[in-house]
Amino acid sequence: MSHWTNLKRTVSVRSWLQKFGAGCLDIFEGAGGIALLFKEACVLLASKKIRWKATLDQMNKIGVQSLPLVFLTAFFTGMVLALQSAYQLKLFSAEQFTSDLISVSLCRELGPVLTSMVVAGRVGASIAAELGTMKVTEQIDALKALATNPVQYLVIPRFIAALFMLFLLTMYADVIGMFGGYLISVFKLGMSSHMYIKRGIDALVVKDVVTGLIKAFFFGGIISIVGCYFGFTARGGAEGVGRATTLAVVVSLIMVIASDALFSAIFYFF
Amino acid sequence: MIQIQNIHKWFGTQHVLRGVDLTIKEGETVVIIGRSGCGKSVLLKHIMAILEPDEGDIKIDGHSMFSMLPDEQDQCRLQLGMLFQGAALFDSLTVLENVGFSLFEHTNLSEEVISQKVLEKLRMVGLMGIEDLMPASLSGGMKKRVGLARAICNEPKIILYDEPTTGLDPINADVINELILSMQKQLKVVSIVVTHDMTSAYKVADRIAMLYEGRIIGIGTPDEIRNSSDPIIQQFITGSARGPITDKQQKETESL
Ligand SMILES: Nc1ncnc2c1ncn2[C@@H]1O[C@H](COP(=O)(O)OP(=O)(O)O)[C@@H](O)[C@H]1O
Ligand SMILES: [Mg+2]
Repeated sequence: MSHWTNLKRTVSVRSWLQKFGAGCLDIFEGAGGIALLFKEACVLLASKKIRWKATLDQMNKIGVQSLPLVFLTAFFTGMVLALQSAYQLKLFSAEQFTSDLISVSLCRELGPVLTSMVVAGRVGASIAAELGTMKVTEQIDALKALATNPVQYLVIPRFIAALFMLFLLTMYADVIGMFGGYLISVFKLGMSSHMYIKRGIDALVVKDVVTGLIKAFFFGGIISIVGCYFGFTARGGAEGVGRATTLAVVVSLIMVIASDALFSAIFYFF
Repeated sequence: MIQIQNIHKWFGTQHVLRGVDLTIKEGETVVIIGRSGCGKSVLLKHIMAILEPDEGDIKIDGHSMFSMLPDEQDQCRLQLGMLFQGAALFDSLTVLENVGFSLFEHTNLSEEVISQKVLEKLRMVGLMGIEDLMPASLSGGMKKRVGLARAICNEPKIILYDEPTTGLDPINADVINELILSMQKQLKVVSIVVTHDMTSAYKVADRIAMLYEGRIIGIGTPDEIRNSSDPIIQQFITGSARGPITDKQQKETESL
């Protein structure tokens, strides 16, 4: 009897270890694959001519078509930020700092991070789904057979477009967020319009804006490369494409947040 | 000349190709037959250097693509054309852009010249007036023929056909057979045709090779294959549900 339970326990421990090992292997394989794809993209970016037509097309898909979504996200975030910070600042009778708080937190953190998160959901998923479908229908193999490098043909335009567009979308989100905060502060909290604008701009230093934009640039790279990687490694029909899409969004969100923490730490100390 | 030497390929724990040896002479058409899932498409992708073998080598005119730099590889690939099993048309491009893809990408020809060439190739595969359509609006058989037009568009010296007649009606299938024959006669190309369609195999082949359990188990002229004494080959070419292939499979499922 006790022999049996022991045996069962060993077996279950072993199968648990097996799953754990397989999971770790997947993570390392993914990390390595993403790094290699990033390296290849950088090498090709430097050595081969860029397809500007495809890049502009991607800029439209990634950037211009994300404008409404980014607008809504940033606008409401700005409004919420105004309400919540006014509520807290009132405890210290410091409502006039609402504007400072909004502009600094938007430019340093919320602008780049929120923009990247909604873009990761929208664009990361669509990149992974598109390339994944191409992979499972052998279109990627067909590209190779026609002597065209799939990384140069598919990844580079998306990579460049995401880098630039995240940068621009973040600036846009910063402005829209401050505008949302403005509406609440001026019409709801009774701050003067002049005061809000002046304090908001005075509070910002160059470093706030620049560090936010540097982050956005990197997040754009992460979202596009991760989306492309999971698209390229999709396998097994529609189900495989679905899995690739989910993984692309989840992994790019995690990487955006993790690298944001890293960047914040770096910018805090330097 | 193509020399395939002792190719092994694993996918995870699955040993798909287990030592394929095959030599294809100048101007020859070799048909590869074998059951679905035995690795025929995988073998073609090795010749195109889309997949890399775990062991063994493939030499085309004495050069191995696997030891080349990516740019040299691409130069070599321009000498080869491949029709994929599912046609693999780019679904964001029109038929014209699909067929002319390698001309648009790798030559400086003007758009008119390219579209003239594309129309000529489409006519060769029996298609007209569809150059501005998107692949999504074509039937399966039409996709296949567009894929074939794309494979022959930059006049390659070696053409790989993956199941060119599957999914076509008998008349269009014969159009493709004639096309394969005429390509060989006129342009002296080397053709490797993967097919299940024995009518087509007998018609186009100089030699037929049978792939079974990851190896070439028999190769010969159509007559030699037809009169082969190997029971496995006999079962396959006569298409019977009983024989050594199915017996073995049954034993394997029973032992599980
Ligand atoms: N990229 C791949 N990854 C994993 N397994 C593969 C891959 N390509 C093919 N296979 C497996 O190899 C075997 C042979 O496939 P294939 O060459 O397509 O067969 P067929 O002879 O019908 O063309 C199949 O069992 C398939 O599952
Ligand atoms: Mg196949």
